[in-house]
Amino acid sequence: MSEAITYNREDAGQPPSLSPAYASTVARAPRRPLVRIPQTLTETTGPADWSLLMGGNLADLTSCHAGTPIGQRVIVSGRVLDEAHRPVANTVVEIWQANAAGRYIHHKDQWDAPLDPNFTGAGRVITDAEGRYRYVTVRPGAYPWKNHHNAWRPSHIHLSLLGPAFATRLVTQMYFPDDPLLAIDPIAGAVPEPYRQRMVSRFDLATTEPNWALGYLFDIVLRGPGATPMEG
Amino acid sequence: MSLDNQSPELFGQTPWQTLGPFFHYGLPWKGGADLTGESDLGARPELAPEAHYVLASPPHRGPISGEAITIVGRVFDADGAPVPDALIEIWQANAAGRYNCAADDRSDLPLDPTFTGFGRSATAEDGTFRFLTVLPGPTPGPGNSQQAPHIAVGILGRGLLKRLVTRLYFAGEPLNDLDPILALVDAGRRDTLVAKESTVGPGVWRLDIRLGGDDETVFFDV
Repeated sequence: MSEAITYNREDAGQPPSLSPAYASTVARAPRRPLVRIPQTLTETTGPADWSLLMGGNLADLTSCHAGTPIGQRVIVSGRVLDEAHRPVANTVVEIWQANAAGRYIHHKDQWDAPLDPNFTGAGRVITDAEGRYRYVTVRPGAYPWKNHHNAWRPSHIHLSLLGPAFATRLVTQMYFPDDPLLAIDPIAGAVPEPYRQRMVSRFDLATTEPNWALGYLFDIVLRGPGATPMEG
Repeated sequence: MSLDNQSPELFGQTPWQTLGPFFHYGLPWKGGADLTGESDLGARPELAPEAHYVLASPPHRGPISGEAITIVGRVFDADGAPVPDALIEIWQANAAGRYNCAADDRSDLPLDPTFTGFGRSATAEDGTFRFLTVLPGPTPGPGNSQQAPHIAVGILGRGLLKRLVTRLYFAGEPLNDLDPILALVDAGRRDTLVAKESTVGPGVWRLDIRLGGDDETVFFDV
């Protein structure tokens, strides 16, 4: 067998599973310690053929329907990297989000904000050889939720990545700069400072397109490569 | 300028965040839980208007070798309540014990080109998930050890700030006794990782996932 690739364990910036300020974690977070296992071929391999999985690019969330969605048009772009700053090429970034009014196209979202018939809020992009991705969407609105009295989620975009291996799976949320709701959000707040700021995108004039859309930069860093040889 | 995603001094792993409750039109595609056929299993398209369910549909599959099996189970929280908004992902080798991934370069073992080994299923209102797949073969473990046939399982969803990872093994498999990962688990808790063949019929393997409580599933730090 060839020399096995390994991936770093989670770093200090990952949230705990149990974070009582986010009330839903209380009945869903395991209480027993995780059992640490060596990374085997099971954990160091992962799926790669998107044509057999969720399908190809859907990078413009504003052109999926007959009309144009309401809201501030934005271009989100960045790179997917590993912890050694190497690009993660040909990996899928799945995206979903609320519309500009903060409402999801989901039957269980009962908040009284308008749905937009021209906006679904789902997309996926495959990174290029330099790990770059780019998608066009509208800035999602903030919305209330039932976690505690007067709770509001900051504007956010959900991002899901598989990376090269089972071990590199990541689902995160991208936030916007200067959002006053971020500091009082229990979900973002489960991530200790200063690492929470890793999830805050940066406004960028260079990727802003004149008379068209605002540009935001958001790089995504996946686990690895491992610093130590495979255990066991 | 305050610290943000682009600050070099903050460079490092992007933090995990929960999927929240509204991921069904964005993640679980039709057929995501059917690794061998062309059914719609795995998705819950009824949770979004039809025009807004934009995820891919099942691909065409060629012949896939091995023993066809069904994996079925339910997800429960620490109070024993079913979890209706979880997402289960699986990753496994094919019947010959090879992963469909360039990092598994054991070219002496056959690959089934249309068997990805990856599956995704949203849980139903009663917490049920179901996969159609094949029984995986044994795979190499650390050193010269051999891993018993198993499936890696990820649990994501509302209330889960980060993915939980467990494994599914098969009851009665003789290699279980030699498996290097099962050996790291207290004997009294190993049952939480071992699916049992259902009385419903042969080839139907059942394993429930308990996020907490007395029978809490063993979760791994990988």
